[in-house]
Amino acid sequence: MTAITNGLPRDRMLSEPRDLDLRGKSGSRALKNSVATAVMWAAFAIAVIPLVWILLTVAVKGGHLILDSTWWTNSQQGITARREGGGAVHAIQGTLIQGLVTALISVPIGVLTAVYLVEYGRGRFARIVSFMVDILTGVPSIVAGLFIYAVFITTFGFTRAGIFVCLSLTLLMIPVVVRSTEEMLKLVPNELREAAYALGVPKWKTIFSVVLPTAFSGIITGVLLGLARVMGETAPLLILGPYTKAIATDLFGGNMATLPTMINQDRDQAVTLPAYDRIWAAALTLILLILLLNLLGRLAGRFSKV
Amino acid sequence: MAKRIDVSDLDIFYGSFKAVEGVSMSIEPRAVTAFIGPSGCGKSTVLRTLNRMHEVIPGGRVEGKVLLDGQDLYAKDVDPVGVRRTVGMVFQRPNPFPTMTIRDNVAAGLKLNGVKNKARLDEVVEKSLKGANLWNEVKDRLDKPGAGLSGGQQQRLCIARAIAVEPQVLLMDEPCSALDPISTLAIEDLINELKERYTIVIVTHNMQQAARVSDQTAFFNLKATGQPGKLVELDSTSKIFNNPTEKATEDYISGRFG
Repeated sequence: MTAITNGLPRDRMLSEPRDLDLRGKSGSRALKNSVATAVMWAAFAIAVIPLVWILLTVAVKGGHLILDSTWWTNSQQGITARREGGGAVHAIQGTLIQGLVTALISVPIGVLTAVYLVEYGRGRFARIVSFMVDILTGVPSIVAGLFIYAVFITTFGFTRAGIFVCLSLTLLMIPVVVRSTEEMLKLVPNELREAAYALGVPKWKTIFSVVLPTAFSGIITGVLLGLARVMGETAPLLILGPYTKAIATDLFGGNMATLPTMINQDRDQAVTLPAYDRIWAAALTLILLILLLNLLGRLAGRFSKV
Repeated sequence: MAKRIDVSDLDIFYGSFKAVEGVSMSIEPRAVTAFIGPSGCGKSTVLRTLNRMHEVIPGGRVEGKVLLDGQDLYAKDVDPVGVRRTVGMVFQRPNPFPTMTIRDNVAAGLKLNGVKNKARLDEVVEKSLKGANLWNEVKDRLDKPGAGLSGGQQQRLCIARAIAVEPQVLLMDEPCSALDPISTLAIEDLINELKERYTIVIVTHNMQQAARVSDQTAFFNLKATGQPGKLVELDSTSKIFNNPTEKATEDYISGRFG
């Protein structure tokens, strides 16, 4: 360790007192610094290695399929596990449709809940609402799926359909939207609210015309990140959204494919190479979709006004 | 158009804490009234009760009367939103709306209250910006964001925004404390012009500024931290600065305070 030998010899410091000596490093401090740096880099590597490994494996094993244009145009209709070919457009469509509908339901509820908590909520009721959001954040996805199953399928006697998948994903997405929107609304300076009040603008109008537009891009970021999170969910889809190999866009009846259920389906039949390849390709497609949403979310965050 | 304000026996609270006690005063129309006093004496708090902005703060409440041309602002059937349309306010830090253009910032008060007529809005924008001595600097970039202006320009933009809704009274809470001397001069000139049409109340920490711009001056003080602030005296500015009645005022003005 050069850092240690660089330190001044002790006897010289004692025999020749100087006014101010800034040369050299303190040996033990330099050592601690090196150790801490090494530990941090090691922790970083441990965190990143599995991530890179997964991405590489998925890209290598599924990459050739998604580079084929039929992957993006064809469904799996008429294709068996032993046959190559077909695409994932049915699953991509299903995932996007269900994600969109989930967002359409959760965003108004989540944003308005956050507006209530930040702008109106005082006292006991607001604390209860906030606590409920915390609980909802911790609900495992399979519990959300089973809850919707218990209410709509077991109790009301509906058959399984895409819309129930959306409802269960909504349960998972609402708390994410509430929390991220809440943070963004808190960042809007109070002075802007006061400026609007002082112009004789009513409170609700201040919130909709000044506070929400100011926080808009931040809210969009939160929504996209929340959406990215629920689009990769699998458990509620296995419970509520039976798979089909054909293109199906009806949320209210019949089976509907999604990328996670496609992965699961092919895994069931993965004794053969074509199905095995399709698992990796579907996984890669899902990762790319979610990556895209994340990037869009970050991009929206750049235009933030707060 | 400009109205007088009569305050009588005003107590102001934050929750259970009494911040200001027993304020009674008359604020003359078409004149500038300055509030001076040490930090924490409640001058901004009193200012904010004049357009019911005090109650925006959780726990903020008021006892006593504030009469605007004889009408009690705190009467039961009075709508605070209506009060704020009549009594405008300019804040310490310039606070243009960051999502809006210069034009929209000025028109915000009208637009958010439902005025849609574009010709009318354009007319008001021009009139208000001219009134705030900002028109010549921004007339070529009305559609640029208001946040892109300099601090002094932003503050004049906020003044334009406040006068665009044609209030009767204009409250200013340390409007120059975040500005450089040149911008401060521009605002002070503007205050001199505005007082022909509006009743103006200005809170300031700068005694020279109070002496320069105001016609009457109110001195607020508090005995000790934790005690409520009080109005010590209100008189014509020349009297307050040359020959105040109270010793506390003289001590504060002459810098012998505390």
